[in-house]
Amino acid sequence: MTTRIDTRFADLAHEGRPAFVTFVMAGDPDLDTSLQILKALPAAGADVIEIGMPFTDPMADGPAIQAAGLRALKAGTTLKKTLALVRDFRTTDNVTPIVLMGYYNPIYIYGVDAFLADAKQAGVDGLIIVDLPPEEDEELCLPAMKAGLNFIRLATPTTDEKRLPAVLANTSGFVYYVSITGITGSASADASAVGAAVQRIKRHTSLPVCVGFGIRTPEAAQAIAAQANGAVVGSALIDAVKASLDAEGRATKATVGAVADLVASLAAGVRGAKQAAE
Amino acid sequence: MNQALPNSFRSGPDERGHFGIYGGRFVAETLMPLILDLEKAYAQAKVDPAFRAEMDGHLKHYVGRPSALYFAERLTEHFGGAKIYFKREDLNHTGAHKVNNVLGQIMLAKRMGKPRVIAETGAGMHGVATATMCAKFGLECVVFMGAVDVERQQPNVLRMKALGAEVRPVSSGAHTLKDAMNEALRDWVTNVHDTFYCIGTVAGPHPYPMMVRDFQAVIGQEVREQIMQAEGRLPDSLVACIGGGSNAMGLFHPFLDDPGVAIYGVEAAGHGLDKLHAASIAGGKPGVLHGNRTYLLMDPDGQIEEAHSISAGLDYPGVGPEHSWLHDVGRVKFLSATDTEALDAFKLCCRLEGIIPALEPSHALAKVADLAPKLPKDHLMVVNMSGRGDKDLASVAEHLGGQF
Ligand SMILES: Cc1ncc(COP(=O)(O)O)c(C=O)c1O
Repeated sequence: MTTRIDTRFADLAHEGRPAFVTFVMAGDPDLDTSLQILKALPAAGADVIEIGMPFTDPMADGPAIQAAGLRALKAGTTLKKTLALVRDFRTTDNVTPIVLMGYYNPIYIYGVDAFLADAKQAGVDGLIIVDLPPEEDEELCLPAMKAGLNFIRLATPTTDEKRLPAVLANTSGFVYYVSITGITGSASADASAVGAAVQRIKRHTSLPVCVGFGIRTPEAAQAIAAQANGAVVGSALIDAVKASLDAEGRATKATVGAVADLVASLAAGVRGAKQAAE
Repeated sequence: MNQALPNSFRSGPDERGHFGIYGGRFVAETLMPLILDLEKAYAQAKVDPAFRAEMDGHLKHYVGRPSALYFAERLTEHFGGAKIYFKREDLNHTGAHKVNNVLGQIMLAKRMGKPRVIAETGAGMHGVATATMCAKFGLECVVFMGAVDVERQQPNVLRMKALGAEVRPVSSGAHTLKDAMNEALRDWVTNVHDTFYCIGTVAGPHPYPMMVRDFQAVIGQEVREQIMQAEGRLPDSLVACIGGGSNAMGLFHPFLDDPGVAIYGVEAAGHGLDKLHAASIAGGKPGVLHGNRTYLLMDPDGQIEEAHSISAGLDYPGVGPEHSWLHDVGRVKFLSATDTEALDAFKLCCRLEGIIPALEPSHALAKVADLAPKLPKDHLMVVNMSGRGDKDLASVAEHLGGQF
C-alpha cells in the first residue's frame, strides 16, 4: 500500500532535496485558526504536516507544546474535531501527507478500530504515538498497518544497535530520529553527531529518515536537513502562534501569517540543503 | 464474572509486565532501553543473596523493622466489633511505609552505577524517604513536587532540603502529584545517562509495579508472622488506603492466595464520588497514563481529569495496575472515604489511640469505622497505618477551623 507519505518522499528523492516537516497543534489557538494555519502550510513550503493531537499529560513535550495542547483543549478540541480538521484540510489539498502525533490514551478511549477507520477516511496518512514503543505494537501499530496507515517510529540516541531492528521492524513511511535525549523544545543537536546517527539508522533500513527536536532556525534546519531526508520543526512554530495571540490568548489577524512566514524562511533553509547521500 | 479465575493471584505480572489487561510499558522510545536495563538489574539483584542480606540489614538497623503489629484496644472497644490491629508503618524511619521501597531502589541505583536520583512526591513522604536514602548512600537527589503540594506539605519540603535534596516545584497542570510525575519523566528522558528514577508507588511502566510491590511486601510478610504469634491464626480482613497503592499492595500481596482473608482497599472520595474526588477505580475507567494501563479518571475524550483529595498522597487520578486487575477479578474490594470521613477518623485515632495518623491511612480508618461495628468480636482486622500525621497537622487544623 502506498500512502501520500511514500509518494512525497519518492518525489523529493527524485528532486534530490530533503523534506521540510512541520508540526502544529490541532485546535491551537482555536479550531478555525488552526484550519487556516494548516491550509497555509503547503504553500509556505511544508512538505509533510504533522498535527499534534492535544493531550493533558504530554510526557515527552516541553513547555511550548504543553501549553499549545492546553490552549487547544480549552478551545474545545477533541480527537473527533482533530479528525474533522483533517477532513476539512483534505477538501482543498489531497497530496500533502498528514501525520497525527500524540499520546495513546485519547485513541484508546476513542476505540482503536473506530479511530483507524475514521482517520483513514478523513485523509490521515500516518501516526506517531510517543508512548507506544515496539513492545506495545499489538495495541495500535499492527492494526494501523492493516488499516493502511503508516506507523512512524521514533528512534533516539538511546536506541542502540541491538534495539534498532526491533524499532524499525514495523515502521513505515519514514523514521523519525529524535536528535537529543530530551523533550521537545530543548537545545538542538550537533549536526555532525546527527549525521552519524542517521547513517547508523540507514544501515538498517531503506526508509527515509527525518530528524527533529531542537531545530529552530533556517540555519539549523539546513545543517540538519543536509544530514538526513528531512528536518522537523515544531516548538518554534508553536512559539510563533503564541507570540501572535492577544492578551486573552485569542488569535489575531497576524496569527496565520506569522506561522506562514516562519515556515517560508525555514523551508528556504531546508531547500538550501542537498539530500543526504544514500 | 465469566472470566476464569487464576490458580494464583500472586503469579503476575507476565514477562511483558501485564496483570490481565493492565500494566505494560507505555513509554517513549528514549526510556525503553532504560526500563529494560532496570528490569535486568532488578532480576539479578533479586536472586543475589548479598543484595538481600544487605537490604535486610538496613531494614533492621536503619529503618527499624520489623514494625510493630499493635492491638488498637480502645478503637476496638469504641466500634464494638472486629478486633483491630494496626501495622505500624508510621514508626519506620522517615515516618511512612515509603522507605521500604526507596531502600530497595536506591540500593539498585547504586548497583547500577547511577549517581543521580529523581523522584516525584505528593505528600512528600516518598520525597523525604528518597532524600534520606540518597543522603545515606551518597547520591544526588532531585524531587519533583506539585506547587500546591509544596504549599500544603511544608514540613516535608523542609525535611527534604535539610537532607540535601533539591525540591523542584511543578507548576504545570493542577500542580499536584500527576504533574510531578510528568515532570520527573521529562527529566528522566533528558538525563538518561546518569539518572535513576525512583517511583514512589506500584505504578509506572514495568518493572516498577512489580518491583515496588516486592520491596513493600515485607509489610504483609511481617504481619503473617506477627498475627500468628499474637492470635495463632491469619487475620480475617485487611484494610489499607490506596493512592497509587503501594502500602496496600505491600500488605495485601502475601495474603492474596488465602481465601479466608477479606481484603479492602480504600480510595479517596474527596468531596464525594459525584463531585471532585480521587477514586480511580470507583469513578474511572481503564486507560493509559504514566507508562501503564490502569483505571484512570478522565473525560469522554480520554483527557486526564484532575483528582481531588484532602490528602496529598492520595491526590492522583490513577492507581497501580495490579490493583485494577485485582478489582476486575474480584479478589480485592475497593471502597472509598470522603475528606470529611477521613478527618473524623483522624480525630478519633488521635484521641483514642494516642497515634496521629497521616491523612492517607485516615481514609482506611474511616472505612474501618463502617466495617468493624458490623463484624463479630473474634474477627481479626489488620489496618495498615501507613504513615504518621505530623506533616498534616497544619492543613488538618485549617480544615477544622483551628479546632481539633
Ligand atoms: C502515609 C502515606 N500513606 C499512603 C500513601 C499513598 O501511597 P500508596 O497508595 O502508594 O501507599 C502516601 C503517599 O504519599 C503516604 O504518604
